[in-house]
Amino acid sequence: MTTLMIDSQFFYSLITSVFIGGVAGYLGSLMVTKRMALVGDAVGHIALPGVALAVVYNFNIILGAFISLMIGIFVIWLFKTGTNLHTEALTGIVFAASIAIAFLLLPSGDLETVLIGDITKINAADVVISVFFSIIIFLILKKIFPKMILATLSDDLALSQKINVKKYDLIYLVIIGVIVALGIKILGSLLIGALVVIPASASRNVSRNMFEYSYGGMLIGIISCILGVALFSIIGFPAGPLIVLVSAIIFLITFLLKK
Amino acid sequence: MNKDSSGFILQIKDLNVSLGGQKIIEGVSLNLKDKENLMIVGPNGAGKTIMLKALLGLIPYEGEIKWKENIKIGYVPQRLSMPKEIPLSVEEFFKFKSASMEKIRESLESVGLNDFCILKMELGMISAGQFQRVMIAWSLIDKPDVLLFDEPTAGIDIGGEETIYNLLKKIEKSINITIILVTHDLNIVYRLADNVLCLNKKALCYGNPKEALSPENIDKLYKGEIKFYDHTHD
Repeated sequence: MTTLMIDSQFFYSLITSVFIGGVAGYLGSLMVTKRMALVGDAVGHIALPGVALAVVYNFNIILGAFISLMIGIFVIWLFKTGTNLHTEALTGIVFAASIAIAFLLLPSGDLETVLIGDITKINAADVVISVFFSIIIFLILKKIFPKMILATLSDDLALSQKINVKKYDLIYLVIIGVIVALGIKILGSLLIGALVVIPASASRNVSRNMFEYSYGGMLIGIISCILGVALFSIIGFPAGPLIVLVSAIIFLITFLLKK
Repeated sequence: MNKDSSGFILQIKDLNVSLGGQKIIEGVSLNLKDKENLMIVGPNGAGKTIMLKALLGLIPYEGEIKWKENIKIGYVPQRLSMPKEIPLSVEEFFKFKSASMEKIRESLESVGLNDFCILKMELGMISAGQFQRVMIAWSLIDKPDVLLFDEPTAGIDIGGEETIYNLLKKIEKSINITIILVTHDLNIVYRLADNVLCLNKKALCYGNPKEALSPENIDKLYKGEIKFYDHTHD
């Protein structure tokens, strides 16, 4: 019975992390391209108060993270309309305040779960939610990808092609929010940023076109998650840091290959 | 009222553009016939690029800009930063327009890029001249009626023996298109323009280049900054 429990838990973790890792790697290639590599980290921190509340009041972390992110983004937008400050500075304020609030709410025993994730807490419902949203997000991303890249090259060129740049920017930001919310259970708010930055950067080292870059990011994200979760089941260290370290090692290998 | 019976594909009436409270373009009016080449000249900061953006509807303006119905416009922006960290291949860039391989090749040939190896190369790695040609080919691929071309400020070497002039001549001949060109090269204007618009916030001169670009008008336009001469050799 116990073995069966462990096995199903292992598969829950594996499937969830593979799907989220894959789509995060794919999204990462777009984020790195748009020089938004650190946005994943910032967003991960803004999710903290919601995650903390979810832990304290025992509801789903993904939901907590998502609500927190929506409030955070709304507050940033509100300040943006009333000041001349850059979004970057406003994000800095909201993200620091979010960390402070989360630390006041959280019992110290749960700190680790929130900061670096805990895949043993992934249940069947999480698997269904993660797989479903990963697929939906991948399909949306695939559709908006060329338009986003064109807008990155030149806003004017995209607009002259009748591409509604603002609309796609909004979709893209919501997608980042959803991926972070989904991934926080695996990697925690401290490490979630790594999942969008490292696999994509590793892929960039060895890719010659956008296809190789984006799908390479996806593949490296998936491999990092499989190896990270496998290592966790063998040596018992937390899976979040292991996934990040595996992807960092893959980055090093691609860096050496490029040389 | 004035429908297409006018024969014009573009009618501009009293165009005014302000950006950040500053007047950039003031009271420009002109009409453009089908297949007519209009060249816009003027010193840096005269509002030439802004004028193209207004024509494309990318920025707010006052006055009237009226294109012929259902007109297809191709646009080559002035400066495009192509960051090296984006590994976008030339082929992928063309696929953004869902073009077939045959059409891509045809379009590349029309701008003198006959070596299709370039398709596999990264957009950020090709030379400035090749990049310019790719941009033109890209804008021509869906067979626009008008090409709006914002020539880079620094006259770039587009490679080989070909000049921008030869290239435009070739395009004009092979696909019979209306070209609106922003340029700094008055030689191109003399040789290729049906009409020229001298722009420095206001329209300082407009008409046939030989007449419009009189030494006095050029002097007024550039305020003695540079002198151009009408080179008549071919």
